[in-house]
Amino acid sequence: MLTAVAERHTRMLLTGDHAVAYAALLARPRLIPVYPITPQTPVLEKLLELQERGALAADVMTVESEHSAMAACIAASLAGARVFTATASQGLALMHEMLHYAAGGRAPVVMVNVNRTLAAPWGFWADQTDSLAQRDTGWLQLYAESAQEALDSVLQAFRVAEAVLLPAMVVIEAMYVSHTLEPVDVPEGGLVDEFLPPYEPPVRLDPEAPRQFGGTVSPAQWRANRLAMQAAMELALEAVEAAGRSYGELTGRPYSRVEAYRADDAEVVLLAAGGIAGTAREAVDRLRREGIAAGLVKLRLFRPFPAADIVRLLGDVPKVAVIDRNCSVGSGGIICQEVRAALHAHGVSRPQVFAFIAGLGGVNVSRDRIVQICRHAVKAQSPPPGSILEEAL
Amino acid sequence: MSILAAPETELLSPGHASCPGCAVALAVRFVLKALGPQTVVVIPPSCIAVMAGPLPLASMRVPVFQTAFETTAAAASGLARAFRARGEEVIVACLAGDGGTHDIGLQALSGAAERNEDFIYFCFDNEGYQNTGNQKSSATPWGARTTSTPRGKSTRKKDIVQIMAAHRIPYAATACPAYPDDLVAKVERAKGLRGTRFIELLCPCVPGWGIGDDASLRVVRLAVESKLFPLYEVEDGLRYRITREPAGLPVREYLSAQSRYRHLTEEGVSQIQEAVDLEWARLLDAGTHAGGVGAPLRLS
Repeated sequence: MLTAVAERHTRMLLTGDHAVAYAALLARPRLIPVYPITPQTPVLEKLLELQERGALAADVMTVESEHSAMAACIAASLAGARVFTATASQGLALMHEMLHYAAGGRAPVVMVNVNRTLAAPWGFWADQTDSLAQRDTGWLQLYAESAQEALDSVLQAFRVAEAVLLPAMVVIEAMYVSHTLEPVDVPEGGLVDEFLPPYEPPVRLDPEAPRQFGGTVSPAQWRANRLAMQAAMELALEAVEAAGRSYGELTGRPYSRVEAYRADDAEVVLLAAGGIAGTAREAVDRLRREGIAAGLVKLRLFRPFPAADIVRLLGDVPKVAVIDRNCSVGSGGIICQEVRAALHAHGVSRPQVFAFIAGLGGVNVSRDRIVQICRHAVKAQSPPPGSILEEAL
Repeated sequence: MSILAAPETELLSPGHASCPGCAVALAVRFVLKALGPQTVVVIPPSCIAVMAGPLPLASMRVPVFQTAFETTAAAASGLARAFRARGEEVIVACLAGDGGTHDIGLQALSGAAERNEDFIYFCFDNEGYQNTGNQKSSATPWGARTTSTPRGKSTRKKDIVQIMAAHRIPYAATACPAYPDDLVAKVERAKGLRGTRFIELLCPCVPGWGIGDDASLRVVRLAVESKLFPLYEVEDGLRYRITREPAGLPVREYLSAQSRYRHLTEEGVSQIQEAVDLEWARLLDAGTHAGGVGAPLRLS
């Protein structure tokens, strides 16, 4: 079985950005409206190279702004076309208005965002604030720690988005994932076609059956639309898990909403999303060798927030150390807020949750730094009310 | 095709929510009739959006996508390419106001025109943000009073047709609902071409311009016949054709028919007349000097 699965893959040396482009190729979108921005640009360039070689059949539409890219994605999606785009940072911020529009219009657009600092001042490095700041727009958000996971997550994102009719964002970090070469097992087209059949929505913009999309509604109708989106998000929780399971059956690489590593008997559990989670796995092994019972919970799905998973995995852990590579200025790490809210809402009071902010602006978060974070949490009597910065370690 | 020969089927139903005597509503009716049912329309926030809804009511018998204010041309680009990718023959038409075109939508429109996206863009120009109660837009003419230019606008109207023609799009034209044969003929011409086609329709606004609800067509005729709003078309940004020879009435007749110009002094009226004469001479000049030059560039 596993040999047969492996035979249906080609191992390639790819950056995260190029892995994403191959995912878009395999998903067979009809249209890719896209605008270049560092560090997403290699996605656009690879797609156009694949198109030039005759491998990619999609129409790649190089528009004049990210705002227009998303506007075109939404309209094309509502006309019944599978669409894909990618952006980063300022581009995502410029799209903000249209992100709400995509979700409210129930357009299953799939987009990759490369996490990059938002200006001012200008920077080009990893920071999760750009995508986390879009948490209230109604988009699904999946965070990937590697090029392989980015490729696999894009394909799963299409399946889930089209099942629940909500847009989905796959997020990778600038440079650490977007520009780092890794061996990636790229599934063959036929395998992906089994997982992702062509997109054909039951209702669309069609002169044979005229309908209005996006028109003015009453307060009660608007409310009903939001409640329907919330219900779709709840369906998405299960759909993400099911898609990860099915994908695993086809490719040998199963995925879940969250991933636990050596967390069963842990005294202290690290929690992170994206590339830091990969480094944290190394830190856990190091800490275990030192005799500290450390574990890791990797948050793959951020929206819908998998609160029940968090409660199940962390509810009985004495100490949790959340590492946020982001900062909601005036409040603190965004993921930690969500973790604390989930535990509190479920009446779980046991874990002491430590809020660490690390790697802001793309500063490297090394294995040793994560080991320090864990030791700090172990030593501390109780978490301080605010965030713990790297200077405190 | 004359309006008498246009299809009898109405694609804009009666009972919609536009004001009595609305020139935009009449223009939209002619445009939809000429486009026919194999059309999908994109509408940004505007009087036309009000006319199209509210949901679940719908006045248009074609599919409607109401998009964000600044995205009409971008959404139309995506739609046109989606239908082409699906192998479907659909006309994508934009129905926007002057705020959504001259102002907030200009970046997307310019981008789409540069890419020569395959849609017909109609700008129903009532020279202000009339849907929100008559604030100035960059299509508001010099001297006109709006709620945001209470002393009269101090800068000139943006010439959107020249901006679009400068993109060298296949077709750009002016039209108005008072000359429906001219309007319908221009929609027919646009339908026969591919790429970005743009038609600017001057549409008086009953409350915004301060005219009677039976005055729209008379007022817009005065705009055409005074040469203030010439009816013309431009192919590939080069070949100009004036489609109606104006009678050459004094512009004063047009201005004095509206309350938004009531405060103008004699000197103000003269300045507008001079500007109209100058623009008319420039238009004739453009028509004289641009012949059959400028074959489209092609990548071999």
